[in-house]
Amino acid sequence: MYDVAIIGGGVTGSAIARELSKYQVNAVVIERDQDLCCGTTKANSAIIHGGYDAKPGSLKAKLNVEGNKMFDELSKDLDFPFKRNGSLVVRTKDQDRDVLKKLYEQGVENGVEGLKIIEGDELKKMEPNLADDVVDALYVPTGGIVCPFHLNYALAENAADNGVEFKLSTEVKNVKKSGDSYVIETTGGDIETKVVVNAAGVYADEINNMVSAKKLHITARRGQYCLLDKDAGNHVSHTIFQLPSAMGKGVLVTPTVHGNLLVGPTAEDVDNKEGVNTTGDGLGGLGATAARSVKNVPMRSVITSFAGLRAHEDGGDFVIGEVEDASGFFNAAGIESPGLSSAPAIGVMVAKMVAEKLSLSEDPSFNGKRKGILNPANLSMEERNELIKKNPAYGQIICRCESISEGEILDAIHRTLGARDLDGVKRRTRAGMGRCQAGFCSPRVMEILEREVPMSAFDVTKNGPDAKIVFGYNKQI
Amino acid sequence: MKNYDLVIVGGGPAGLAAAVAARDNGIQDILIIERDHELGGILNQCIHNGFGLHTFKEELTGPEYASRFIDQVKERNIDYKLNTMVMDIAPDKTITAMNSTDGMFTIPAKAVVLAMGCRERSRGALNIPGYRPAGIFSAGTAQRLVNMEGYMPGRKVVILGSGDIGLIMARRMTLEGAEVQVVAELMPYSGGLKRNIVQCLDDFGIPLKLSHTVVDIEGKERVEGITIAEVGPDRKPIPGTEIHYECDTLLLSCGLIPENELSKNSGVELSPITSGPIVNDSLETSIDGVFACGNVLHVHDLVDFVSQEATNAGKNAAKYILEGKKESSRQLEILPVDGVRYTVPKYIRPDDMDETVTVRFRVGDVYKNKAIATYFGDTQISKRKKQVMAPGEMEQVVITKKQLAEYPDIANITIKIEEA
Repeated sequence: MYDVAIIGGGVTGSAIARELSKYQVNAVVIERDQDLCCGTTKANSAIIHGGYDAKPGSLKAKLNVEGNKMFDELSKDLDFPFKRNGSLVVRTKDQDRDVLKKLYEQGVENGVEGLKIIEGDELKKMEPNLADDVVDALYVPTGGIVCPFHLNYALAENAADNGVEFKLSTEVKNVKKSGDSYVIETTGGDIETKVVVNAAGVYADEINNMVSAKKLHITARRGQYCLLDKDAGNHVSHTIFQLPSAMGKGVLVTPTVHGNLLVGPTAEDVDNKEGVNTTGDGLGGLGATAARSVKNVPMRSVITSFAGLRAHEDGGDFVIGEVEDASGFFNAAGIESPGLSSAPAIGVMVAKMVAEKLSLSEDPSFNGKRKGILNPANLSMEERNELIKKNPAYGQIICRCESISEGEILDAIHRTLGARDLDGVKRRTRAGMGRCQAGFCSPRVMEILEREVPMSAFDVTKNGPDAKIVFGYNKQI
Repeated sequence: MKNYDLVIVGGGPAGLAAAVAARDNGIQDILIIERDHELGGILNQCIHNGFGLHTFKEELTGPEYASRFIDQVKERNIDYKLNTMVMDIAPDKTITAMNSTDGMFTIPAKAVVLAMGCRERSRGALNIPGYRPAGIFSAGTAQRLVNMEGYMPGRKVVILGSGDIGLIMARRMTLEGAEVQVVAELMPYSGGLKRNIVQCLDDFGIPLKLSHTVVDIEGKERVEGITIAEVGPDRKPIPGTEIHYECDTLLLSCGLIPENELSKNSGVELSPITSGPIVNDSLETSIDGVFACGNVLHVHDLVDFVSQEATNAGKNAAKYILEGKKESSRQLEILPVDGVRYTVPKYIRPDDMDETVTVRFRVGDVYKNKAIATYFGDTQISKRKKQVMAPGEMEQVVITKKQLAEYPDIANITIKIEEA
């Protein structure tokens, strides 16, 4: 019998798991996919929002501002890339200045620090590539960019290192109340637990509805993005949002923490909770929409496009807390934007509730530090040579576009909750994430997985169990 | 680290031929840096024949063609480093490279030959909509899996793009037992050589659908289906023309991109048309003593021409090292107009050029019964009729020093397509 079972190994579930690991607790994270970070966390804007956008008094507003403040320390403790590049919400000359002012006031009310409206030359100096029609902007100095993959893995690895168990490739089929506890029926057998935490992303409504008469309804709201080559990464230095208008919320243009440029997202409600496909219309419109705020976005430099699903609950706010008619069942549901920004604060909030419920005591042996995968590009030539002398694998480049060495890939495979497929290696190391999109390195990463896991080449997949790369030897049909 | 006069970045056909030529023209200290575990570059996975008709007057496979040059490099005891990645080329020609035995090291070279080759355009760069499952390969990646690793990357295949590697792989996959259902090509003409369309598609009954593109990819984990549609003159899909194929694999052969990230970072000026360095008749880039050849300069159809070009680059790099930079009094620009998309080289130095210079280029459309005309200033000096010209086949014009000497006052040279 577990004390706590967390359903979902995305950033929300992993943040909760890491906070819970500060207590003496027997906890497990149940993840459907064969790796963490495979749902909403893997495909979003990778932005740490300031917190001006959500309605004052909402959980979104509170947790966004709290979460944002936690990132400086968290990124140091857990060693993941994070940068406060600041964001700008830009207004074009045909848009109402009052809307921008209201956004400013809302931000102040939400407790966002350092907000300022900037215009004219000062604005152009900050961001020379803003569209000519842009007249002023709300400057949000606390806005930031993060690697969502590294954030997710950092939280999960640290939770695991502090004793939380992770069950991957385990899909929840049903949750049943059984006396004072719960039985979670999964593809890997039944799991008994005193407390359930529902962090199941777009499926959190279905999980909730298994135990509660207070039904939730989550719509998958798709966002499509284009990612541009690093040669476009300096096109803007801040995250550029568009002031919402009758034409919608617009799209953002932002540098990523790894130096690419990201343009998106669209917003379309889709019926299919697996509907992460991009569409010709969706991708085709991004360039023109982006041009309203940023000029000459070099859409020719697109290296990949993708779509993610936001878990939009009908009530419009995060649904967090113990369910009234199901004692010991806690929701962390409806976690759409600003979910990534709020994740650390959601983790604290839910862990506290659970700790209270179970009267958990703190774990004095908790170690909140985690080392990320070494990035040799940050080393001096001397340091790098030391490293290669000690471990020659760091001298062997596997991914040419991103200059990722074999040493980094070995680390990704052999560390806590290590990578077991090509996408897992990619999200942890960036091997295959560059301009050739794994054309050169995928056969080599396959070889490394085959040797190191070890596994048969025919079992190496891109992501899920059926995502096989090769079917057999030649002529095996 | 030993000092080298000439560093050649890339040990494929271009780098090998450049090294041999530089040695034969008097340079002792030459280093070839190759990132793969063997010399020969992409030729190693091109196990079909048809290489070397121009150079050796026989039909060789890719590895055979490569081995002829590898043998020449070894006979001359030219140094090379495998599994070694060039990380940076500084404007002063200091090379920074790395491997697992030497670590990270620098070499201050007197001259550099860029021979990094090219890469394939990816699904992402093509912005094809749909899901992102396994089973989408660039044709070259599939070629590596089949020919080098011995793995079947797919059983039921749709190919987008009719570049030469895609055509070759249509045949290769068929021979391994896969069913290649269709090759779709966005343009109204093929991007590959005519001989490949005949030998790789027609001979196997594989349909080629021109003016078609992929509009949807299905399959959450592995490809399950591909939808193609006809495109109009604006290259946008025409609603209602969709055809669906049940398949497990999509191969992409939609163009090659010269791999010039190193060149760009070093400050070498690139052409927006070829994505390769802008060079003069000695194949020297905008940086003195940095030369370029092969697919990093512009994408070739035939390796024979790569070898010729690289021989020239190696010879000129040797000359640069031995004689220093000659300050040429005159440099003529070659203007590509009326259907000629670009020329390599872009500049000719009439006083310092070799006795003949081969100017290579591609046309922007399919032309039937037209002529390639060359003008020195306003004077037409040559005109050659061609039955068919297509973007998939490289064209050339030879300019001689003697001829050019008769026109000392011209401002430029023009190459164009005109009525026959």
